[in-house]
Amino acid sequence: MLNASIRKHLPGFTVDINLSFDNGILVLFGPSGSGKSTILNCLAGLQKPSAGRILLNNRVFFCKHQGINVPARQRRIGYVFQDYALFPHLTVKDNVLFGLAPGPDRCKKRRGHRMSVRETLEMLKIMPLQDRYPAQLSGGEKQRVALARALMMEPDLLLLDEPLSATDAQIRRELQIELKKMQRTWEIPFILVTHSHKEMDALADEVVFLKDGQAVDTSDWTLPAGETTDRWAWGSSSALRGEDSLVGGTAHMVRNTASMANALVK
Amino acid sequence: MSGPILLSLKVALIAVGIDAVLATLLARLLARREFPGKNLIESFIILPMVLPPTVLGFGLLILLGKRGLLGRFLLDNFDLQIVFTWWAAIFAAAVVSFPLMYQSANAAFASVDVALEQAARTLGSSESRVFLRITLPLAYPGLIAGLVLAFARALGEFGATLMVAGNIPGKTQTIPLAIYFAVETGDNTLAWNLVLVITGLSITALFWLNLWARKKTRVWQKGDIPRAERIHS
Repeated sequence: MLNASIRKHLPGFTVDINLSFDNGILVLFGPSGSGKSTILNCLAGLQKPSAGRILLNNRVFFCKHQGINVPARQRRIGYVFQDYALFPHLTVKDNVLFGLAPGPDRCKKRRGHRMSVRETLEMLKIMPLQDRYPAQLSGGEKQRVALARALMMEPDLLLLDEPLSATDAQIRRELQIELKKMQRTWEIPFILVTHSHKEMDALADEVVFLKDGQAVDTSDWTLPAGETTDRWAWGSSSALRGEDSLVGGTAHMVRNTASMANALVK
Repeated sequence: MSGPILLSLKVALIAVGIDAVLATLLARLLARREFPGKNLIESFIILPMVLPPTVLGFGLLILLGKRGLLGRFLLDNFDLQIVFTWWAAIFAAAVVSFPLMYQSANAAFASVDVALEQAARTLGSSESRVFLRITLPLAYPGLIAGLVLAFARALGEFGATLMVAGNIPGKTQTIPLAIYFAVETGDNTLAWNLVLVITGLSITALFWLNLWARKKTRVWQKGDIPRAERIHS
């Protein structure tokens, strides 16, 4: 169970958000520069919020009042970075095992319902890649390695920062399915940041819409004007086709408002 | 002839050893921090590179001389005299090559992607593990480059060395000093030999550095390494 209220002053605007979330995939959805990555960094302990409180499974990670700020290395929060941040000088195997304490049983599974290193590598189809260096991997493979690396240390929460943005459509679909499967297997909350409608539709159990660092109501939420990247173009072209359109998108948002009400403890 | 060569190598190696530790730590300390006055501090660190060697020599004399701050302390407490010993030559070589090591280390640390260090932290690594397993290996090529450049510079140090260590054959006479005084006394054969030796040493170091740097980057960038092609059963 994640309970977080984060306030962080940034040049130009202030991130101010409350998240309460149990199991499943929570999507933080918003345009670039809406503070999504800042929220992930605050949760992971890589940035310090200006104020607020972060609780995960009743462990206090950050509390302004009590002056608590648990360092990132003690939080057990997995983080899949935007460009994966794989260690270029280590092989896939060393990358994946980086978070595990060295020792004879580093590869054994510790909690019954979760998976061993071998099972994880097999599920993510990266067993044959284990002696390669990150530079020799495709975008989809890097994504899988980053996911495996983050899951290996058995996190209590997994953060994903635009994890699928660098892969092509076919791979992206495959990875979305795998991601969903992983979440169901590991039964820990995933928080995923994206600005792609498709990804949100495919993955979200709950959605928080962000604008200038604040969670906004769906009715206030509009596509940023003048956005011409292909991600937004997808929204408008499908609107013309009439299928799965913006109207559909709105319906989806409405469908999500019930869960949003849970997500936004205001 | 072997006297100056051995002494030069000894002085340069020790000086670079000192630089390697101090400059690397200082660069790591300053690389990821921004604070008022950082620019000024860095200017002072780089200063020995642009100042005339005589100014450095003068400064070192002031510092290390019998009445100097450090000199008097060492003399009173340890009965150690630095000036006109080969320790003074080491001091001079270390000071002039320090900026080269610092600059290289600074650039090397700055080139390491912060996200990689952050990733290591989220994977449970302590700060020292982040440094040893991520930052240092990734900055390694730049650090080696700094070592080689600093070594070549330390080997060639003349002006400051002459001022603080003097020219005592067998004691403080390094290759550059030996060349100067060989020419001065008209011993051109000795001068030629020493010139060839120091040029050879420097070119070997630089040649090896270029070769090595190219190989190292090729491994990561193109993954051109035999182990990676190994087929697993």
